[in-house]
Amino acid sequence: MKSLLATLALTTALTLPGLAMARPVTLTTTMNSYGGDGAYLALYVTDSSGAYVGSLWMAGGKSKYYEHLSDWYRATAGDTAQVNGITGASVGAGRTLEITLDLADALFDAGYTLHIDAAVEDMRDSPNEIAVPLTTDGAGTSVTGRRYIADFTYDM
Amino acid sequence: MIRALHRWPGLLAAALLIVLTLSGAALSVFPAAERLTAPQAETGLSVATLAARIQTAYPGVEQIRRSPSGQITAYWFLDGTPGAAVIDPATGAGVGSADPNQVERWLTNLHRSLFLGDGGRIAMALGAAAMLILSVSGSVLVARRAGGWRRWFAPLRGPLSGRLHVEIARVAVLGLALSSMTALWMSASTFDLLPITSSAPAFPNDVSGETGISITSIELLGQTPVAELRDLNFPYPGDATDVFTLKTDQGTGYLDQGTGAALGWTDLTGWENVSETIYMLHTGQGAAFLGILLGLMALGVPVLGVTGVLVWLAGRRSRPRIPGNLPAAKAETILLVGSEGGSTWGFAATLHQALRAAGQTVHVGPMSDFDLAHHAKAQRFVILAATYGDGDAPETAKGFLDRLKALGTAPAAPIAVLGFGDRSYPEYCGYAQRVAEMAKTRGWNMLLPFDTIDRQSPQDFARWGRLLGQALGINLELVHQPIVPPTEMLTLVSRRDYGAEMQAPTAILRFALPRVTLWQKLTGQGFARFEAGDLLGIVPEGSAIPRLYSLASDRRDGFVEIVVKRQPSGLCSAQLTQLAPGDTAKGYIRRNPGFKPGKGRAPLILIGAGTGIGPLAGFIRGNKRHRPIHLFFGMRHPQNDFLYGQDLADWQTEGRLTRLDTAVSRAANPSYVQDTLRAEGTEVARLIRDGARIMVCGGRGMATGVTDALADILKPMGLTPQALRAEGRYVEDVY
Repeated sequence: MKSLLATLALTTALTLPGLAMARPVTLTTTMNSYGGDGAYLALYVTDSSGAYVGSLWMAGGKSKYYEHLSDWYRATAGDTAQVNGITGASVGAGRTLEITLDLADALFDAGYTLHIDAAVEDMRDSPNEIAVPLTTDGAGTSVTGRRYIADFTYDM
Repeated sequence: MIRALHRWPGLLAAALLIVLTLSGAALSVFPAAERLTAPQAETGLSVATLAARIQTAYPGVEQIRRSPSGQITAYWFLDGTPGAAVIDPATGAGVGSADPNQVERWLTNLHRSLFLGDGGRIAMALGAAAMLILSVSGSVLVARRAGGWRRWFAPLRGPLSGRLHVEIARVAVLGLALSSMTALWMSASTFDLLPITSSAPAFPNDVSGETGISITSIELLGQTPVAELRDLNFPYPGDATDVFTLKTDQGTGYLDQGTGAALGWTDLTGWENVSETIYMLHTGQGAAFLGILLGLMALGVPVLGVTGVLVWLAGRRSRPRIPGNLPAAKAETILLVGSEGGSTWGFAATLHQALRAAGQTVHVGPMSDFDLAHHAKAQRFVILAATYGDGDAPETAKGFLDRLKALGTAPAAPIAVLGFGDRSYPEYCGYAQRVAEMAKTRGWNMLLPFDTIDRQSPQDFARWGRLLGQALGINLELVHQPIVPPTEMLTLVSRRDYGAEMQAPTAILRFALPRVTLWQKLTGQGFARFEAGDLLGIVPEGSAIPRLYSLASDRRDGFVEIVVKRQPSGLCSAQLTQLAPGDTAKGYIRRNPGFKPGKGRAPLILIGAGTGIGPLAGFIRGNKRHRPIHLFFGMRHPQNDFLYGQDLADWQTEGRLTRLDTAVSRAANPSYVQDTLRAEGTEVARLIRDGARIMVCGGRGMATGVTDALADILKPMGLTPQALRAEGRYVEDVY
């Protein structure tokens, strides 16, 4: 993940290379056995008013499916520049996605919320599958998604 | 070039294409099954009514989707638990599981990516490209072989694997081309190579802020019929800024959840429409019948793959190794081969071997390699050329005529041209003839007059070989052994003898039908299917070279009948004419589709002399529908060799034969069959005007005489035998 950091800093305002103002955060997403193809996941952050701030990760490489991540798609108008360089493979049923990012300190305990939209081919779209407030206390707390995610945690 | 474009993609991609098409064919069943099982909405049902019914059944409904088959699926949350079901639109209640079909999912992933992610997707896209190239190059080859696009469905001849290959391809090729083109489009779309932009309108910033409108009060949903629905998304509960999102066949729009007002709408873009049509054409989703049809056509590909490889192998096998072949620059005799299926190479190998044994220095090569600069020592050129389709160059002779045309002066070394063909085709040895004529007009000296070999006849070849030997001043005995198909033991059941008094013993030999295996019955191979006019190959004892005899019976007659005249010093005819009932001979069936009376009521003019009566008698015997048949039959003496004399009389009284005219060559006033034909010229002309078909069987000399007589008869009508031949109304079986 380290090699991505420079790109991340350029593409989003959320991750900072300067060590003093940022800390490495590990986001762990484990899918349940939903019985379908690999899930597309969009991880992004909104502020206290619910406005889109930026994307952290996109699992799934084919942009023609992004409209099924409907909240993310609505917020970004499907702009793939938002996930340039922070895009990986879709996540299969029962599999775990683990990503480590240097997230800005300012994102924590300031009303920001981390969202995950999920979608699976020929199955329901699940926008807002996960919505967790970013707080230092909340780190390490496991959250369950609405349909596809068995378990999500962020660790610092 | 086209052939290479067909061969190599085919061989390289065969395995991949078999996986692609089998999975594709299996997948084509699902849209049809879904169409049949999905509960359909009543006509005129609005989205509002449907959504209200579903909301009653599932208050937490979040999304309603309608697939192109008409199947409606609802997704909801109840007490935090997600649920989904296929919905009966009449009640709004779930009637089946909405989980994806695991078999279909597995097949889809195999079909699109071989379970190998993007690498597999690229491989499959290349497979689709190969299929498109194969479809196009194959179509050109079929058209060329048939002699033009308008003859696309012309009857086929040749070995089974090649026939099957073309037979399937010319039906399936449209579907395969369509499926491969749509596949390439979909691959391009998946890899973002197409400028397809989504048309979703911008999400509305201004909403009423109210919630809770009754879904039946939303005007647009009331106006939208379910048949146009694709997707209806409900606002997220508790989020007053969210809206209803409606997708239909026309476009996408947002609806306020408090007032029901439309908050924005965009129609599908042209690209999206094209893309969706292509998706439908590829998957059959929304066009289930087409999907099944495409699936059936795709099923042809495994057979095409196997037969294609067989055709290729047969072509390789039939091109023999030529031991001791000298380089082009070192040989005095240059053999140039124009071969299509490869059989002409076999003749070239035989000739090469015989010439070498006679002490000649010989080079064998394809006609396409012809280049005077490379043949420094050449004393003579011998061209062995088959014909492809309607008089075109065979594969290994491409470009030869152009090079001949470009020659400044003809070389001093003389040339001999030998054509290989099948007399039942209108363009018999057409290509070789063009080569010979072109050489002549370029002023090239002829070593031998132009000659032809009919149906790979080893006898014709040996006869020509003796002429070549004379021209070279050597003794040349060409013993060509073609590949003989599997033979059956035939038991003679009866014989009728003629001509003994004239030292021309002739016999009508009737053999019992050999036993036919179930496989032969199913595939129509061997003795399971034959008609009068087909050929019986007999392999005589002590020789590997078969002789061909025209069949005088149909499979339905229940026996195998031929007419054999004992040839002076003829090995096979001697053995056959000495058979006693109960004795056996080894034989096989060779089809002769060019020499058949065909269906229909048009009159038949049958012309034959001597043993040539055989197939003609067979046609008359099978004429149960009393089609008008006029037979001209030439014999030596009615007392001695009036073959089928009694049968012909009987058939005439039964109405199977309309009229019989005979010519007797050993009478006070000798006459030949062509003389009788001329004498009956008015009647013959009348029959031809009525659309008659002329069939000639017998010796070469007789056939030439008949053609001349017909030319005279046809002339006043502004017709020629060649014109009738081109129409397929004048066919010969000549030996």
